[in-house]
Amino acid sequence: MASETNFDLIVVGGGPGGYVAAIRAAQLKMKVALVEREHLGGICLNWGCIPTKALLRAAELRHSIDEMKEFGITVSGEVSIDLPAVVKRSRNVAGRLSTGVAHLLKKNKVTIFDDMATLGKAVSGRREVKLGGGGTLSAKHVILATGARARALDGIEADGKTILTYREAMVPESMPKSLVIIGSGAIGSEFASFYLDMGVEVTLVEAMDRILPVEDAEISDFVQKAFTKRGMKIITGARLAGLDKASGGVTARFEGDLAPVTADRAILAVGITGNTEKLGLEGTAIKVDRGHIVTDQWGATGEPGVYAIGDVTGPPWLAHKASHEGIICVEKIAGEKHVHAIGEGAVPGCTYCRPQVASVGMTEAAAKDAGHDIRVGRFPMLANGKAIALGDDQGLIKTIFDKKTGELLGAHMVGPEVTELIQGYAVARTLEATEAELMQTIFPHPTLSEAMHESVLDAYGRAIHF
Amino acid sequence: MAIDILMPALSPTMETGTLASWNMGVGDAVRSGDVIAEIETDKATMEVEAVDDGVLAVILVAPGTENVAVGTPIARLAEDGEAVDAVAAAPVAAAAEPKTKAPADEAADPAAAPAAPAPAPTAAVQPSSSTSGAPRLFASPLARRIAGDNGVDIAALSGSGPHGRILRLDVEAAMTAAAPAARPASGGASAPVSPGASSLEPNSQMRKIIAQRLQESKANAPHFYLTVDCEIDTLLAARKVMNAQSPDDVKISVNDLVIRAAAMALVKVPKANASWEGDNTRLFHHADIAMAVAVDGGLVTPVIWAAEQKGLAEIAATSRDLATRARNGSLAPEEFAGGSFTISNLGMYGIREFAAVINPPQGAILAVGAGEERPVVREGQLAVATVMTVTLSADHRVVDGSVGAEWLQAFKGYIEAPVTMLL
Repeated sequence: MASETNFDLIVVGGGPGGYVAAIRAAQLKMKVALVEREHLGGICLNWGCIPTKALLRAAELRHSIDEMKEFGITVSGEVSIDLPAVVKRSRNVAGRLSTGVAHLLKKNKVTIFDDMATLGKAVSGRREVKLGGGGTLSAKHVILATGARARALDGIEADGKTILTYREAMVPESMPKSLVIIGSGAIGSEFASFYLDMGVEVTLVEAMDRILPVEDAEISDFVQKAFTKRGMKIITGARLAGLDKASGGVTARFEGDLAPVTADRAILAVGITGNTEKLGLEGTAIKVDRGHIVTDQWGATGEPGVYAIGDVTGPPWLAHKASHEGIICVEKIAGEKHVHAIGEGAVPGCTYCRPQVASVGMTEAAAKDAGHDIRVGRFPMLANGKAIALGDDQGLIKTIFDKKTGELLGAHMVGPEVTELIQGYAVARTLEATEAELMQTIFPHPTLSEAMHESVLDAYGRAIHF
Repeated sequence: MAIDILMPALSPTMETGTLASWNMGVGDAVRSGDVIAEIETDKATMEVEAVDDGVLAVILVAPGTENVAVGTPIARLAEDGEAVDAVAAAPVAAAAEPKTKAPADEAADPAAAPAAPAPAPTAAVQPSSSTSGAPRLFASPLARRIAGDNGVDIAALSGSGPHGRILRLDVEAAMTAAAPAARPASGGASAPVSPGASSLEPNSQMRKIIAQRLQESKANAPHFYLTVDCEIDTLLAARKVMNAQSPDDVKISVNDLVIRAAAMALVKVPKANASWEGDNTRLFHHADIAMAVAVDGGLVTPVIWAAEQKGLAEIAATSRDLATRARNGSLAPEEFAGGSFTISNLGMYGIREFAAVINPPQGAILAVGAGEERPVVREGQLAVATVMTVTLSADHRVVDGSVGAEWLQAFKGYIEAPVTMLL
């Protein structure tokens, strides 16, 4: 391994925040080291975004077989799921991409250390980083990109067999007959959708009054109805009192007089906490608040020359947020001009359940709370030609504009492929387009994206097809 | 496609100007940014920079032509590869007319063209969007709309976006620039400090004119300064009486009284009402008093013409109107150009006394400080009086020390015995 120990930048953590920051720094002519304790690509690539998408694709294909008849295709014989093969494909997808990250880092001449890292002392303007396996590196700048892990609940031990976190939930050896999922954020809802399509009886439990509570209320409502129609049981406003293991199953008890739910297994998806331990933060000026490192908008911590990005700094826990933070943090360190901090509501969010959910910017309620006088446009996928042709016409596109300035305050989508569509609105927001430019843009026909155009038109009473 | 170069507007209110000189001749290669001509207004001479590349094919407005309307084509560029002759022959700002109809004599003799400037702009002379004098402004739609809604001049901003694109943030920053509140650090940790940080702001036309004129003044006019204290208790009392009885809403300010007193002093000491013009000294027949008004991004000096002939009520109404319109940018060019003498009053800021730079080509400027209670000695006794200190800056080429002193004495006389200024 490399004998070099002096760098311009050391990145701790090789997830989508860390490896992207390392590559950007290398592009800016810095000498970069990256320390990763487990897998390059981090949770996203190995235990999150990517492998779950592979699983969900299998579930989607399984579901599409049920729809074949509608398309005039007869499938004869028994349809069965080879679960180990489904999981194996998911692992292969992750493995392939992890190798790709290693290649990219090498191509950019980033020195990789497969090790644990601890922040050392500051010596004459440089910062030491101690490696778990011995040895000390030093650099002018250190970026902590150590990510996060599933948050535990007091008194509940996730044993990985009956009570699972996302990590075990994505590599099931067998399908349970029934499953209770605690938490209906993106992770909980995706697993709920996956297991439901795989034929499992799913109960989705949410402490707030609706599932996907960070989304616009109309979108939550839409997904809740779609899930319920497919046979999912949903319990909202349910605060977990306990999760009791008993004779090969688990019983979820709730506060108040809600009836307990018994299932073969449970998945805990109640949020995430930052990996701030064993980093050598004790005794430094780096503040940790509720499991997350406190930074300013550029990633600077209280300690000069030490920065933090991504999940370890707090929500939204999203790979693309981590990557972008990594880039602006590095560009700021390099003294690049025109570096912009991530704006309010600029991070789009996607949930890959069926139906898909995607959003950017403010919800209707948030826009009103912020004092905006708003215009709201809605367009149902029911009226979109491409959606009907695809046989997937359940969806809604909702747009929220500031009445005075025409700013696109928020866009909320549910339905087919909306996770691929949302970036159209994200680009519009970055370019600071108003309703006028969105209206003047020609959307190709026939596409699902036409529904995005129509939603904007509807906000101004000009929708053509509804 | 030939490119018409249009008479630029040097200020938002400029309607016509004088084409002072051409720095380039027909046939010269022009690069974007080259200074091709100089334009004069009564305030300043400004350079006209080329916005496009090409070859100067024809000069349409001869040097020295006055009253050229803004937007009038003054010359035409042939783009690279275009035949200069053909471009020169093309009809001026008449796209509808086919090229072949161009009068043959004009093609043969481009010098015949200087007849072009129309006395009044017509539809045919309107600048077209592709060839207007201003370079393309990159600003987001949202930034443009917010700027428009809030009366922010987006052209004066510098953009923080990619390639200097003006973003909503830049417009909002300009809107709140007047009240710069410390931005709370978002995460608790303080932002990294970059020592010696600075940024470049492009200078507005107004700033450039101020810089040029005041530098010219300090460089050319040998300034000297005379300071005198004026007791204004009597004046304040008189003002109170006047305002109590004023028939309409026109309230007379101390500044109005200062204008009136200065005007009367200029009548009494006409030698101070003069301007140096090399071989001659210009003696003004009236007290045309310019008043310095601070506006966003600089200052303007609207003029109260023949102030000696105006009563206090008229001066009050005129000065108020001029100040208001100066601040909202609706003064006509002739309203802030010229004048024989300037008054600059910083009393409202609590400034005790200061020395102003002469507003060229005038001969003197009066700097007025705050009226404040000060101890004074009368017949060996300490007393309290309201005192206003004024400083006259004079151009020694036209105003000698004794003339300046005489003028200040006259001024002080009017201020301290305000009844006399009413005569």
